[in-house]
Amino acid sequence: MKISHYITDRAAKTTVLICAASSILILVAIIIFIVLQGLPTFQKVSVFNFIFGMEWRPTNGQFGILPMIVGSIAVTFGALLLAIPLGIACAILLADVAPHRVRQILRPAVELLVGIPSVVYGLVGLVLLVPAVRQLGGNGFSILTASLVLMAMVLPTIISISDDALRAVPRAYKEGALALGATRWQTISRVLLPSARSGIVASIVLGMGRAVGETMAMIMVIGNSIAFPKSPLDPARTLTGNIAVEINYASGTHENALFATGIILLLFIIILNSITITVLKKGIHKYAEHLS
Amino acid sequence: MRNISPKTAQKIAMAGIWAGGAVTVGILLLIVIYVLLRGIPSLSIDFLFTAPKGGLSGDGGISTIIVSTVYLIGTTLIILVPVGIGAAIYLAEYAPSNKFTGVIRYGVEVLAGVPSIIFGLFGFALFVTALHFKFSILSGALTLVCILLPTMIRTTEEAIKGVPQAYREGALALGATRWQTISRVVIPAAMPGVITATILCIGRAIGETACLYVTMGGSAAMPSSLLSGGRTLSLQVFYLAMETRALDKAMATAAVLILIIIIVNTFTTWLAHRFYARMGGNV
Repeated sequence: MKISHYITDRAAKTTVLICAASSILILVAIIIFIVLQGLPTFQKVSVFNFIFGMEWRPTNGQFGILPMIVGSIAVTFGALLLAIPLGIACAILLADVAPHRVRQILRPAVELLVGIPSVVYGLVGLVLLVPAVRQLGGNGFSILTASLVLMAMVLPTIISISDDALRAVPRAYKEGALALGATRWQTISRVLLPSARSGIVASIVLGMGRAVGETMAMIMVIGNSIAFPKSPLDPARTLTGNIAVEINYASGTHENALFATGIILLLFIIILNSITITVLKKGIHKYAEHLS
Repeated sequence: MRNISPKTAQKIAMAGIWAGGAVTVGILLLIVIYVLLRGIPSLSIDFLFTAPKGGLSGDGGISTIIVSTVYLIGTTLIILVPVGIGAAIYLAEYAPSNKFTGVIRYGVEVLAGVPSIIFGLFGFALFVTALHFKFSILSGALTLVCILLPTMIRTTEEAIKGVPQAYREGALALGATRWQTISRVVIPAAMPGVITATILCIGRAIGETACLYVTMGGSAAMPSSLLSGGRTLSLQVFYLAMETRALDKAMATAAVLILIIIIVNTFTTWLAHRFYARMGGNV
């Protein structure tokens, strides 16, 4: 091998190695920047008062984000409550029940929906849902409206990944169950769904991550009120919305507090993910015991 | 449940699945159709090629917005594509199965789950403030690179792994160095996959809003350089809906967005099919 070839080879390897390391560098940089900018908040307010404080009045030096935490949990929970059963029903329809022709049309349609920008969902929510929810009381900008918009946003993710999981179940499982005389529904509920369980849970975790992290569509329909929401018809604010709405003009402790909101949001996502993964592991365990 | 016969349960369940599934897909598709029906009538050549009037009127078109979007995505891709391909080459061709590789894969995985607004905060702190790029297209593009990197790496890695092993063995047997094999055999063979990955990233870039809302400044004027502020199509939908309440214009812009996403989707599906058909044929 020529020396020049040797040098090129080494240089190329080092270059691609640096490229690969960039992802981990970015992750570390994100954590360092957000933590460093967020921590000074806690010289002014205690961690407890920050997380459990009811008042967010930056001009008065009050930085309590409990209303936003509740807002984020409420919309995510509300969205998933509807999206999980509907999404799984839809995935079963696509993977197993619907005739081949129908699937061929619906599957690309769902793929397309995954890519629709969130502002489009927000806009439709603003134009159609807000006036509709106003009929129920309040001004229409509410946790309920936001939950419905989020539901529409996470459904395509849940459907398409659950559909993949259901289709990955070996045909022999299904055929075996049917051959034993199980009805189609028995086959689906006792063979297909348990076998595809990890994929379905993964789809829900992903959908949940999307829901907690969604920002612009939420700002458009939730009203962004800093008051503590008392009913699903009340306006509220999410953690993400709090950051986006105020970061462009914030300074000093106010700015730090928004970064601290980011820390809480990150923790939130980590906790949600680990809970789901633990539940998932237990589920698999139980299922394995059941089989043996 | 015990009292219901399996046959009845079967009927009820099937009815539930059909009703739930059909209603869900129906509603979702109606959202898209509604936007297209309301938006397309306001679309015209004029709308695409006139500058927005600015201020609170919401009048005018989206020409400057299109230019900003193109600048933003162009800048993003110039950085994203080489870095993404490099990282994918490392992971697919070189990476030994050790701790370091594990850490990199974990990093890519975690990065993919971080919400857009957190990237926005990071971009705001690093690019806008610390590096003094101000609220600009450059700050937005750099932030987008961070968000899209996991998608680019993973999709490209799949494409590189799809290249048959015989290609590499053939090149190496002819005396090519490892890098010659990668750069002249593997990457050209994986090219359609790399293009698919790039277009996928363009699609995602077009939909991103939150991270750009806090790094691009949102000026509707024609950008004069990468350091000017700007608005993307998605941001324009947001500003039109929230600040000027020009809902018809917002719908028209949203319709443009959906049409772009449809084109991007169709193109990637077509490319991916061709790519895998070709690879399959060669094995």
